[in-house]
Amino acid sequence: MRGLWKTPVVWVGLLFVVLLFDMQALRPLFAAWFPAVQPEIFGRARFVDLFLSHLGLVAEASAAATLISVTLAIFVTRPVGRDFRTIANMLATIGQTFPPAAVLALAVPMLGFGTRPTVVALFLYGLLPILENAIAGLEGVPDALLEAGRGMGLSSWQLLRDVELPLAAPVILAGIRVSVTIGIGTATIGSTVGALTFGTPIFDGLAGNKLPYVLQGAVLVALFAIVTDLLFAVLARRLQPPG
Amino acid sequence: MTQLMIEIERVGKAYDGRPIVTDLTLGIPKGALCVLLGPSGCGKSTTLRMINRLVPFDSGTIRVGGEDVLSVPPEALRRRIGYAIQSTGLFPHWRVEDNIATVPRLNGWSAERVRDRVTELLVLLRLDPEIYRRKYPHQLSGGEQQRVGVARALAADPDVLLMDEPFAAVDPITRDALQSELIRVHRATGKTIVFVTHDIEEALRLATVIAIMDRGRLAQIGAPLDIIEHPAGDFVRDFVGVQGIGLKLLSVRRVADRMRPADNSDGAPIAADATLADALAEMVSRRADRLSVADGKGATIGVIALADLVR
Repeated sequence: MRGLWKTPVVWVGLLFVVLLFDMQALRPLFAAWFPAVQPEIFGRARFVDLFLSHLGLVAEASAAATLISVTLAIFVTRPVGRDFRTIANMLATIGQTFPPAAVLALAVPMLGFGTRPTVVALFLYGLLPILENAIAGLEGVPDALLEAGRGMGLSSWQLLRDVELPLAAPVILAGIRVSVTIGIGTATIGSTVGALTFGTPIFDGLAGNKLPYVLQGAVLVALFAIVTDLLFAVLARRLQPPG
Repeated sequence: MTQLMIEIERVGKAYDGRPIVTDLTLGIPKGALCVLLGPSGCGKSTTLRMINRLVPFDSGTIRVGGEDVLSVPPEALRRRIGYAIQSTGLFPHWRVEDNIATVPRLNGWSAERVRDRVTELLVLLRLDPEIYRRKYPHQLSGGEQQRVGVARALAADPDVLLMDEPFAAVDPITRDALQSELIRVHRATGKTIVFVTHDIEEALRLATVIAIMDRGRLAQIGAPLDIIEHPAGDFVRDFVGVQGIGLKLLSVRRVADRMRPADNSDGAPIAADATLADALAEMVSRRADRLSVADGKGATIGVIALADLVR
C-alpha cells in the first residue's frame, strides 16, 4: 500500500480534488489571461455538484452497459447462443457508430430533457468495447482448461464462475476501462439537453463567449477521465492472474 | 474370471455419418493398467472420453464398476473418475493445492480433510508439499505440472483413472521419469487406469493389458508379451513392429523372471523389476556379462548373466 504514494494516480487525483473544490485559487491566473471576462470563474453551479452529477450519469450508464454486455458475451459464447454472436456484435457496433449527439436528439422527444436521454446515449455508446472484450476474454480461455474442468465434473455454471470469468476478467476490465473513460468525455454533451456535467461550463462558455469557463470545464473533465483511467490501471494490476 | 471395472459393450460412435468407433466391446479388469494403443484417428481417445461421457456415444452400453454410465448425471459420474490430459489443463489462476483440491471441494470435503489429502498426494507424486502447494502452475516445469495433473486426477480417490496421452508433450527424460512414477502410483494405489497413447514403447512399459485399436475397432487385447509374441493379424504385427521385436521382448520381460539365486555381489546391482533391456544396456555399458540383482530394499537377491537374457 505504501507504494501507492509513488503512483501518478495519487498526484493527479489530488490536483483534481483541489481544482474541484477551489477553482477560485486560479482566479488571478484567469483574470490576467482574460481580463474582459467577469466573473473569471464559472459560477452557475458548484463544480462539486457538476462532478457528482457527471459521475452519477457515467456510473449508471457504465454499470448498465457492463451488465448487459457481459451477460450478452456469456450468452453468445455458450453453445446455445453461438448463432446470435454476429447479431449481438452488429447491434453493439451500431450503438457505437451512431453519434451520441444523434441519440440525444432522438431520445429527448421520448424521455424529455435532462439526465435520462444522456444516460441512454452513454449506455449505447459504451456497449461495444465491453462486449468485444468480454467475448474475446471468454473465448481466450484455453480449451484444455474447459476440457479438464468438464472431465473433473465441473458443471457449466461452475466452469463459468471458477474458470472462465476469472481468467477473462482482466480482458473484460480493459473493455470497461475504455468504455468508462470514453463515457466520461462523451457525457459532457449531455449538458446540451440539460444534464449537469462538466460540459455545462463548456457549453455556457461557448454560448456566452467566455473562454475561461470552457477551459475550466475541459480541464476538470480531462482530469476526471485521467484519474479514472489510472484507478482502473491499479485495479487491473490487482486482478492480473499470476504469471 | 477377474472382475471387470470397465465394460464397454458393442459401443458405436459416428461424427457426421463417419464412424469413429464401431461395435467396440472391451472389458478392463479391476486394478489393470490398460493402455489403449493405436495410430492417430483409431478412436482410442474417443473411447476414453466416452467412458466419462465427455463424448456421447450413439449405441451400446458402458458400465463403470457395474453401473451403467448413462444412469448417473455426467457431473456426478466424472467426479468419481479421475481424468488427466496431455496439456494438464491445470487452472493457471489457482495454486497447486487449489488445483488438486478441485474435485474434493466439489464433493464438499472439509478444509482440513482437503489439506491432508493434498499433502498426501504431493508426497505420493514426490513433490515436497512445503515447496509446491503454494506455487502456481506457471512456476512448475512440464514434468512437475504433469505430476500435479495426476495428483489432481487422483484427488477424490476415484476407482478409475483416465489418462489421455498425458506424457506426450514432455521431453524423453521427463517422460521416462513420469512413466516410472505412474507404474509406482499404480502399484501403490491399485487403481484401474486407462491410458491412451500411440507410443508402442510407452505401452509396453506401462501396461498390464494392451488394447490395440484400428479404425474404430478392437484389433487385439492382451498382455504386452502376448501381443508381441502372438500378434493377431497384419495390422497388429505391423504396428507393434517386426523390426527390433527381440529388443521389444527384452523391454517387457523383467530381470526377476530370468535371474538365478546368488548372494555374491560385484558392482552396483540392478533392480529386480528392471526390464531385461535395462539389464542388457547395463552389461553393455559396463562391459560385464553378469550383474547382481537387488530387491526393492537394495539387498542382493540374485545374479543375471548375458546368457540368461536369450534363454
